[in-house]
Amino acid sequence: MASEAVAERRSVSHRLSDLFHGRERLQVGALLAGPVGWLVIGYLGSLALLLVAAFWSVDPLSGSTIKEFTLENFEALVNEPVYRDIAWRTVRTALLVTITDAVIAFPIAFYMAKVASRRGKALLVIGILLPLWSSYLVKVYAWRTLLSANGAINWALDPIGLHGPGYGTTAVWLVMSYLWLPYMILPIYAGLERIPNSLISASEDLGASPFTTFRRVILPLSFPAVVAGSIFTFSLTLGDYITPRLVSNDQFIGNVIFNNIANNQPFAAALALIPIVVMIAYLLVARRLGAFEHV
Amino acid sequence: MRRRDGNPARTAWLVVAGLVVFMLALAGCGGGSDDTTGGSSDEALQKVGKGEGEVSLVSWAGYVEPEWSKPFEQKTGCKVNNKEAGTSDEMVELMKTGQYDGVSASGNATARLVAAGLVAPVNTDLVPNYETVFADLKDQPYNTFEGVNYGIPHGRGANLLMWNGNDVSPAPNSWNVTLDPKVAAKYKGKISQYDDPMSIAEAAVYLKTHEPDLGIENPYELNDDQFNAAVGLLEEQQPLVGEYWSEAAKQISAYAGGDITVGTTWQYQYFALKEEGVPVKASPASQGFLPKEGATGWSDTWMIAKDAKHPNCMYEWMNWIIEPKINAEVAEWFGEAPAQELACKETANKNFCAEYHAEEPQFWERVYYWETPLADCGNGEEDCKDYNDWVKAWTTIKG
Repeated sequence: MASEAVAERRSVSHRLSDLFHGRERLQVGALLAGPVGWLVIGYLGSLALLLVAAFWSVDPLSGSTIKEFTLENFEALVNEPVYRDIAWRTVRTALLVTITDAVIAFPIAFYMAKVASRRGKALLVIGILLPLWSSYLVKVYAWRTLLSANGAINWALDPIGLHGPGYGTTAVWLVMSYLWLPYMILPIYAGLERIPNSLISASEDLGASPFTTFRRVILPLSFPAVVAGSIFTFSLTLGDYITPRLVSNDQFIGNVIFNNIANNQPFAAALALIPIVVMIAYLLVARRLGAFEHV
Repeated sequence: MRRRDGNPARTAWLVVAGLVVFMLALAGCGGGSDDTTGGSSDEALQKVGKGEGEVSLVSWAGYVEPEWSKPFEQKTGCKVNNKEAGTSDEMVELMKTGQYDGVSASGNATARLVAAGLVAPVNTDLVPNYETVFADLKDQPYNTFEGVNYGIPHGRGANLLMWNGNDVSPAPNSWNVTLDPKVAAKYKGKISQYDDPMSIAEAAVYLKTHEPDLGIENPYELNDDQFNAAVGLLEEQQPLVGEYWSEAAKQISAYAGGDITVGTTWQYQYFALKEEGVPVKASPASQGFLPKEGATGWSDTWMIAKDAKHPNCMYEWMNWIIEPKINAEVAEWFGEAPAQELACKETANKNFCAEYHAEEPQFWERVYYWETPLADCGNGEEDCKDYNDWVKAWTTIKG
């Protein structure tokens, strides 16, 4: 009896394996059905629903949506200069933060990948990952305290007669650059690690100065990694709304979405299209620059 | 991967194009509108049964504190889950999730909650303490709709003008320290303004006194000219504002850290800062805690969610919060006038109700409780600015 049942079971699994044998498409299909299903239904589906709402309008009193096609949200976006200002401020800050992080991250990543001892490398990796363990809010509030009029920055600068930036646009740039720095260092580090030391030696052997080696060998080979890191810093800045709220009066796209979502979801949905369009454009440029070549 | 370069991009474009077509199709044939027009079809509860063991609340900071929620839990067996919200918009948004049984809604949220069908009528017969609530808080336009009661009054107060006594003297008795560009310029970068469209009403209250030609009656019913004047005032104020605050904690840290010296606040922050030893001051009791123009204010109402999962516990809570002893405790803790008449006998400070003018209806005529601005100002014409206009203007003001 028992052995028969085992045989039966085995034959089911046998039949299954027969079914998949040699059918590459079926194998891949079965393997990916779960994740792809989640991606299409759970992720793209909800995104599509959000965007559909951008073409609806809202009943002013109850805030409930009127599901009739209208372009009024987009007209408001285009006609009111304030939304252009906010969009441009957000994109400009995202670019500034990205450039700042790239400039700071590259030397650190280079040191980690090519100069530091094994031990020093491990310590640096831990040091860079450690801030990611604490909550985002704690870090922003810590900066809020540091930057306040009676805060540590002013206290430290006071003896030499200087003032900290206080709350405002500079503070947003500073805090965001701090927050997203690890996301820039790690991809560049990984990219630099992949450059064989022999290439650098060869360049030196052929008489190139260190600067030329950096410019002609290291930079071109690691540039895709910088672009990959910039996708993180750029998109994270683009979507953030808590930092601007806590350390400045600046409105970012996310703030306006947040302010409208309770009462006017369709308009908030239309606003949400701005970062999506910006991000698609950014990713297309990043692809041109080879950010996805080695991933 | 590079071997098949080009293909992934084409696939991506196809997916995007497909999504766009799908979106447009959905948007086009959505048709009709949500049928959430009022909760008149819903019956109020007829009998309070046994508690469900818990109750989930949305409240203003300082309204649900362990000092009176723990005894409530012990007495009724209803565990209190509290979620604090910083603005009325946030409250409406939280109630839309359907996770909460009740909310301490201000007048600029109640009409929206009712219109969106998020709250149910309240059977005041099931709330024994309701009988002794101040008469001028009952059946008001912000808690009663078409003759149906939608909530239990909690307490009321005015939004204060608060300043740091070390930096601002003599003591101001007018909103001009924050709203008149000439006077306010003295405190450039040190002014704190509430980050909410309701600030437009604050400007309207100021204009009501200082520019009578505009003919502002109710600061929540503004026609084009009145609205533009109020918005213009706040646009002039914008470069002078040090910080727009939306969470009480944020404003407390700004005053304590020396970033702010003057601005609009609530009693909650005022008392919290006093406790921290920050030398903050507000209009004294002799002036009725109000600058001379009067002030915007609030009268809050506990409402019950339409599909509350714990209706019995919610009714217990609504009765508990206006229990004379408890209502007195809440009012003193927060610094507001209690809703319960009998609470005035239970306060630790025997002068409390007199100080807060709880028993003087004429005092409250100078306080303009938050309301939801509507296009229809009651003159039969749709010529007032509605709340969406207020929200959009607020975005423009902050720039």
